[in-house]
Amino acid sequence: MMAQDIGWLKPPLVDSSSTPSIYRMTRRGNLSQLLTLKTFRAGEWIVEKLLAAAGMISILFIALIFVFLFKEALQFFKTVSPMDLIGKWVYDEYDEKWVFKTMWQAISSVPKYSLLPLLCGSFLVAFPSTVISAVFGIGCGIYLSEVASDKTREVLKPTLELFAGIPSVVIGFFMLMVAATPLQDIFHTKFRMNAFVGALGVTIVAFPIIVTLVEDSLRAVPKALREASYALGATRWQTIWRTTLPAAISGVSAACILGFGRALGETMIVLMVTGNAALVTGNVFSTVRSLTANIAAEMGYVEHQSEHYYALFLVGAVLFVITFVLNIFAEIILNRMRRKLRM
Amino acid sequence: MTTALLAIPNLQARRINVLEAVFMAILHFLAYLPVCALVLILGKIVHSGIGVITWEFLTQAPVEGMTKGGIFPCIFGTLSITLLMILIALPIGVGAAIYMVEYAKEGVWVRVIRAAVNNLAGIPSVVFGLFGMGFFILFVGHHLDEVLRTGLLFGKPCMLWAAATLAILVLPVIIVSTEEALNAVPQSHRSASMALGATKWQTIRDVVLPQAKGGILTGAILAISRGAGETAPILFTGCAYFLPRLPIVKLFGIIPMINPMDQFMELSYHIFIMATQSTNAQKTMPIQFGTTLVLISLTFFLNLGAILLRSHYRKSLGQVTLQ
Repeated sequence: MMAQDIGWLKPPLVDSSSTPSIYRMTRRGNLSQLLTLKTFRAGEWIVEKLLAAAGMISILFIALIFVFLFKEALQFFKTVSPMDLIGKWVYDEYDEKWVFKTMWQAISSVPKYSLLPLLCGSFLVAFPSTVISAVFGIGCGIYLSEVASDKTREVLKPTLELFAGIPSVVIGFFMLMVAATPLQDIFHTKFRMNAFVGALGVTIVAFPIIVTLVEDSLRAVPKALREASYALGATRWQTIWRTTLPAAISGVSAACILGFGRALGETMIVLMVTGNAALVTGNVFSTVRSLTANIAAEMGYVEHQSEHYYALFLVGAVLFVITFVLNIFAEIILNRMRRKLRM
Repeated sequence: MTTALLAIPNLQARRINVLEAVFMAILHFLAYLPVCALVLILGKIVHSGIGVITWEFLTQAPVEGMTKGGIFPCIFGTLSITLLMILIALPIGVGAAIYMVEYAKEGVWVRVIRAAVNNLAGIPSVVFGLFGMGFFILFVGHHLDEVLRTGLLFGKPCMLWAAATLAILVLPVIIVSTEEALNAVPQSHRSASMALGATKWQTIRDVVLPQAKGGILTGAILAISRGAGETAPILFTGCAYFLPRLPIVKLFGIIPMINPMDQFMELSYHIFIMATQSTNAQKTMPIQFGTTLVLISLTFFLNLGAILLRSHYRKSLGQVTLQ
C-alpha cells in the first residue's frame, strides 16, 4: 500500500544505469568512484558557470550596443557644434544674405546636420499611426476580452498573431505597389509617397502590439468589479465604459506608448513609402524622412569614421534614447497597475 | 398618470438598448475591419503572386539583370542565414533563461538581465543594423583581420555578421519564451527529482527540459520567423543585390557547406531592392509579387506551426499539473 502510494515519485526520466547517481557512488565508496564523484561535481559547476555565462552574454550585448552607439555618437561633437543639430547659418549666394537652414544634407560642400526634419518625419508617421491603431486596437482588445465568445476568440487571436508575423518589408511593398496610388486619388495629395501612406502601413504593425496589451490588461481586471457593476443594473456597454476600461486605463495607456515606440522604430515601411525628402513640415500628406529611414538610406555609402558616419550614429543614439525612455515609461505604468490590481 | 410614469423608464430603457446596440456594432466594426484588411492584403499578394510560382521560379537563379528567372539564391540565403542565426541565438538565449529561472536567486542580477532583455526587445531594428555594421564589421572584423593577418576576410559585410546581428535581435524572443516554458513546469517535479538524489543539472536535463521543450521550440520557431522577415539589420551587414554564385564553400575541397564569410541574397532584401532601387520596377512586378508570396508563406507557416505547437503543449502541460 505504502509503496504504491509513493510510486509516482519515481523519476520517470532519470535512467540510473546511464547517469551516475550520488547514491550509487557513495555506497561503495572506493577511490575510483570518489574520483567520479569529484568530476561529477566539477561537471555540475561547469554547467552552472556556462549557463551564467549565457546570461552574462545577453547583458553584455545590450551594454555593448549602448556603449558603442554612444561612443561613436559623441565623436560627432568633436568636429560639429551641438547647435548644428537644430540648424546652421549658411550664406546664400543668390539672395546675398545669411540664412538659418534647418535641413539634413550630409553630402554637400557645407554639410548640414539638423535633426528637426528627421524628428518631424518620424513624428508625422508615428503619431497618426498610433492614433489609428489605438482606436482599432482598443476596440479590438475590448471585443476580445469582454464581448467575443470563447470560440470567436480562439479564431481571432491567432489570426491577429499571424498579422503581427507579417514582415514589415511586405507591408511596405504592398503600400508602395498597391495602396499608394488609390490613396493619392482619394486624398488628392501632391505626392504619391507621403507620411500618411507610411502611417497607414505602420498602423498594421503597431496594431497587434496594442491589441495584445489592451486585452491582457482588461483581463487582469478582477471579475468582481464587473459583477458588481452588473448587479447595480449597468448594461454591458456601461460596465465596459465606466468600470472595466477605467480600471485598466494604465495598461491601455502603456499599450499606446509601446505602440508609439514601435511606430517610431519602424524602418522598412517608412523607407519604402514616405518619399524620404527631409522637410520640416507639419503636413501629413507631405513627403518626409524619418530618423530610421535616414539611417537605412545613408548607411550604405558612408565613409568609416567620417563626420557623416558619426552623425548617423548620433541619429541612432537619439532613436535609442527615445524608444528606451518610452519603454521605461510604459514599464513603470504597467508595474504600478500590477501592484494596484494585486491589492 | 400611471401610464406616464411607466412610459418614462420604458423610453429610457429603449434608449439604452439602442445605445448598447450601436456601441456593440462599433466594437464589432473595430475588431473585424483590421482582419478584413489583413485578408485583403494577403489576398492581393496571393492573387498577384501565385501566377509566377513555378518549379523553375523556386529552383533557378535570376537571369537577364534579374528581370527573368527564379529566386533560388534568395531562398537559399534566407534559409542559411536563419539557420546560422538560430545556431548562435538558441544556446545563448536558452542558457540565459535556464540560469535566470533555475540557478540565479531573485535579486539584482536577474532584474538586470530581465530589464536588459526587455529593452533589447524595444530597440528599433535599424539600430541593430547600425550596431552590427559598426561593431561587428568595422570594429571586431577589422581587428581580427589585423591580428590574424587574413587580409580582408572578417572586416567586410558577410553572412556571419548578419547572422550575429539578427541573433541579438531575436534573443529576447527566445529568452522570454524559454523562461515562460520553464516557469510552467511545476515546482513539485523539481523537488521530487532532487529528493531522489538527482543533482540540480540532472533535474534540469532529465525532468525540467523535457517538459519545457515544447515552449522552447515554439520560441525558436517564432525567432526564426522574425529573423527571416527582418530587413533593416542586414541591409549593411551582408546582403547582396545580386550574386552570381551561392554562398557555398567546399570544406577540405569536398564537403559543401554554407560559407559564413560570403555575402548572400535574401528574400526580404530582394523585395525591398526590386521595389525601390531597380530600374525595371514595373517590368519585374510579377517577380516581386512572387517573391513576396514566398516570403509570406515561409513566415506564415512558421508562425502557424508555432501557434499550433504552443496550444498543443499548453494543453498537455495543463494535464500534467492536473494529475
